[in-house]
Amino acid sequence: MEILDILLSASFWAAAVRIASPLIFATLGELICERAGVLNLGIEGIMVVGAFAGWMAVYSGADLWTGVAVAMGAGMLFGLLHAILSVPFGLSQHVVGLGITLLATASTYFAYRVSLPEVTNPPRIEAFKELPIPIVSDIPIVGPALFAQTPLTYLAFVAAAVVAFVLYRTPLGLALRAVGENPHSVEAQGLSVTGLRMGAVIVGSGLMAVGGAFLTMSAFNSFFFEMVNGRGWICIALVVFGAWKPGKAVLGALLFAAFDALQIRLQQTSLGADIPYQIFLMMPYLLSILALVVMSRRAEVPAALMVPFNRGER
Amino acid sequence: MRLEPVADAGWARTLGLPAVALGGTVLIAMALSLVAGSNPFAVLGLIVKGAVGSKFALLETLNRATPLIFTGLAVAVAFRAKLWNIGAEAQLYMGALLVVVLGTGLLPLPSALLIPILMGTAIVGGAMLLLGPAWLKTRLGVDEVVTTLLLNFVMILFVSLLLEGPMKDPMGMGWPKSERLLAEARLPRIVDGLRLHWGFGLALICALLVWVMQTRTTLGYEIRAVGLNRRAASFAGIPVTGVVIKTALISGGLAGLAGFSEVAGLKGSLTLDLSPGFGYTGIIVAMLALLNPLGVVVSALFVAGIFVGADSMSRAAAVPTYIADILLASALLLMVLAIMLTRFRVVRG
Amino acid sequence: MPSGGEARAVLRLRNITKRFGPLTANDAITFDLREGEVIALLGENGAGKTTLMNILFGHYMADAGEIEAFGHILPPGNPRAALEAGVGMVHQHFTLADNLSVLENIILGTEPLWRLGSGRAAARARIEQLSRDFGLAVHSDAKAGTLSVGERQRVEILKALYRDARVLILDEPTAVLTPQETDDLFATLRKAVARGLSIIFISHKMHEVLAISSRVLVLRHGRLVGEVATAETDRHQLAHMMVGSEIRAPEVGGAAPGRVLLRLRDVSTVPVGNAVGLRSLSLDLRAGQITGLAGVSGNGQTALADLIAGEIVPAAGAMEIGGREAKGWTPKAALEAGIGRIPEDRHRTGTVADFSLAENAVLEAYEKAPFSRRGWFDWQAVDRHTRSIIERYDVRCPGPDARIRLLSGGNMQKLILGRVLEAEPAIILAVQPVRGLDIGAVTYVQNRLIEAREAGAAVLLISEDLDEILTLADVIHVISEGRLSPAFARGSKSPAELGVWMAGQGFEEGGHAA
Repeated sequence: MEILDILLSASFWAAAVRIASPLIFATLGELICERAGVLNLGIEGIMVVGAFAGWMAVYSGADLWTGVAVAMGAGMLFGLLHAILSVPFGLSQHVVGLGITLLATASTYFAYRVSLPEVTNPPRIEAFKELPIPIVSDIPIVGPALFAQTPLTYLAFVAAAVVAFVLYRTPLGLALRAVGENPHSVEAQGLSVTGLRMGAVIVGSGLMAVGGAFLTMSAFNSFFFEMVNGRGWICIALVVFGAWKPGKAVLGALLFAAFDALQIRLQQTSLGADIPYQIFLMMPYLLSILALVVMSRRAEVPAALMVPFNRGER
Repeated sequence: MRLEPVADAGWARTLGLPAVALGGTVLIAMALSLVAGSNPFAVLGLIVKGAVGSKFALLETLNRATPLIFTGLAVAVAFRAKLWNIGAEAQLYMGALLVVVLGTGLLPLPSALLIPILMGTAIVGGAMLLLGPAWLKTRLGVDEVVTTLLLNFVMILFVSLLLEGPMKDPMGMGWPKSERLLAEARLPRIVDGLRLHWGFGLALICALLVWVMQTRTTLGYEIRAVGLNRRAASFAGIPVTGVVIKTALISGGLAGLAGFSEVAGLKGSLTLDLSPGFGYTGIIVAMLALLNPLGVVVSALFVAGIFVGADSMSRAAAVPTYIADILLASALLLMVLAIMLTRFRVVRG
Repeated sequence: MPSGGEARAVLRLRNITKRFGPLTANDAITFDLREGEVIALLGENGAGKTTLMNILFGHYMADAGEIEAFGHILPPGNPRAALEAGVGMVHQHFTLADNLSVLENIILGTEPLWRLGSGRAAARARIEQLSRDFGLAVHSDAKAGTLSVGERQRVEILKALYRDARVLILDEPTAVLTPQETDDLFATLRKAVARGLSIIFISHKMHEVLAISSRVLVLRHGRLVGEVATAETDRHQLAHMMVGSEIRAPEVGGAAPGRVLLRLRDVSTVPVGNAVGLRSLSLDLRAGQITGLAGVSGNGQTALADLIAGEIVPAAGAMEIGGREAKGWTPKAALEAGIGRIPEDRHRTGTVADFSLAENAVLEAYEKAPFSRRGWFDWQAVDRHTRSIIERYDVRCPGPDARIRLLSGGNMQKLILGRVLEAEPAIILAVQPVRGLDIGAVTYVQNRLIEAREAGAAVLLISEDLDEILTLADVIHVISEGRLSPAFARGSKSPAELGVWMAGQGFEEGGHAA
């Protein structure tokens, strides 16, 4: 069985984890925003910004980690804009988010054209390299899958652990979980609803941008148009699929990435040769829709998601 | 800070704030020109000239506005009911696809029969594509924003599959492109010799029909009630699910018509670049028009003008054409902010 | 309790003024709260009590005036500063996050946000100590979403005590409690006072004010119109100060009950989320009679109201209207069966805020002639109808084309009343029809309901305000956990006796009342 061979190969699982990494960053970012009560549809555009900013910084001579920081900063800037419009001004989160995605994407393409006017083939950068962790990377299958990845992949899992820890073990996380459920509970305990929500959107957007930067700095090593290609929207589905919990969201991203890695490999099998490649490319999107449908009945949506808060109003 | 409702905004506030928003957009355009190293006033001049500076430019703008009126109406109708249809792009392609399937020889009919049939098919195709997300929304509470967005990607891949496979034009020199429509399937031009087809007229008629529907009929009333307060509408006995489904059919149908108009009026065949994001731009068109169907015509002309003008400008100056998208996104965000501030004032505390 | 009026002032309010647009909600209000005293802030709905307390707690900023707590000026618009100064508030609408536990709700915001980890063991011990000391039984690990109304209120009080509040503000705390729970609350408050806390108790119920307070301040139209020692006043004087004239209870003549117009037999409904469903409930509504439904909120009133309004269907049992079984039960079917519905939430359910008065006036009849024919609206007919409602129901408004969100609650309710009564319903479902209205509107709405009864309608009045039920209802049922008590004739049961039923005692197992 070809499928079985694929599933038992280390390279398949390594690819799955690699594909999952940007999704993990962006899904965590969206999860933070939604836990605080803000749907961030800017995610797709913010990932584009992150992909470009990180790549451009490195191309201009910065080191890789500075590139990641630059990407994060650029994402946070658009997050700040989203936060200002959607939190204190309480504008429709749908409209603001789509507007931010368009603005971020167009600004990126504009900046790309302005900074590299003559270029037809985008230059490549010296990207993050695999950093096998001694001993554990020698374990069969698990080793190459989890412990022979690039530092950014490790960072994705660290980020997931940090987000989970903050959310469930610290006063800040408690306040975040409360503000997305009932902002009045937070206000009545002397905390700032606006501050918490804006902070969540800004930090969440930063993580989304790092997810974008992963594409240029740890996967494709270059920037080209439409490279994010709907990954942001998929992450929104993953947040729902993960029931707004970091652990489940990471599992969802891994599951999703495994399917994606599988379809890439299936294309190269004899079975895949008979099926148009577009069918395989559709799978991630169709799977996301399926995930939304499956989870629709069970999900514990934050009660105040998409409900703006205005002081003194019930 | 806190927002306090303004009881009576007065016309200075109602008109002044949107004007400030548009002014802000112009300032952003000038700033971007400076960033790109060009004279901002020259760039503005080139954009205006490129959009309306000649008969050719004007016709180009009208042609570009045509699909935007359809998708803008599709979005405006749906958003009124708070049905977030972000999938007009896919619905447009579905309409175009069916027109090409039926109009390239399958139905050898005279124009008077063929064109209405193709129109109807495009409407049905677009409508059916939105029916799924609308059904999932009303039945299972699945967010339609994400489902319609994701369907855009699926649809484009589906069209690509067909254009590289069963529908590939044998004379297409290897390009993924469909066969050309029969001459009987093509929309005539409005005035002989001028490059403007009846799709534009159809768009205007649709805007008028949607306006009448919204202001004069019980369905329009139901759509508005459902959009403004689903809970109260349901309590009052308005069949909310049915209204959302009807809205989805109208919205999807209008987006399907955009595909019909582009293929039958302008291009004559289906390619993967039939729409440079008309479905997404329709959202901006609708929002700038405050979801008013007659306003959609005006804002579609404005948006089309920016695109056509920016295209033309970027050939003459060193400013990338993406400036158009930045401007429209800024206009959208500034405008929703301005409209909110006409209804609320910011007070301290 | 410290004797005399010479205890030190813990709170001083000076010239607090707050305007909302043209409305002056608080007009130069000045008073002191002294250590260990309970002052009652009395006033009818809309008098400005809640606004004043929201300013005190920092939810709003006053336009003028200042507040001093324990000798220090409180920075305006800052709940955190109020909390740190020792002011705690029990809000009228509870402020709990349903996805968090009781413990988490209580410690929320008490620890520095950036701390790694939180001291839950110590917090739990302290909460248990406080709940013993003040008689506030709660389960620390229960999810807030699963709590009853009484428990929620206890958590709210614990939130303040946990922060060592020295001043407690309680905004209409008894509105949702049974008479017995109210007694328990008062016992807790007395314990608090004995420990030197000071309390501001907001209410519009005079007997409670007389029972708990040592001093009464009366607010009317945003002004402080009177201040009296509780020992030196009575209901009569307070009522006069509160309204500016005598309060006259609506006159309810003897009922002449007719035939049964709506009959429920052993009806059960499926509970939605945390809400209580109906459990094998039977009820008759008779023509020419007001049936009152008393009970603590959250005991199935919503399910019963939704059922009769056509929003849900019975899961078991039978529902008959005018002798015929209700089939295909929807809001529209309910309207066609002649049921007029006054919903509990006039802002969210009863009206579309951004619709005009005219559009709201035909919300339940837009499909019928003369308002529309074959799907086409006749806006002139709608306009005429609206003008007639505005005139006949005394709706104060700029005109039929004004957005209804601009209207006061009373005028909004009058429009809804007009919409309902103009359809000449045989059965009227009135859920909390006067909540939040000022005295004038209350009397108006109640009199119209009595008139409808006189004209032969069967009225079901659902209210959490026992006084309202006792005044208006010809027969009274109590609902508790989805079960219904027997019908009690007017005057046959005292409030305390009804309170026993409201607390869930007296019901037979299996659902049927004794």
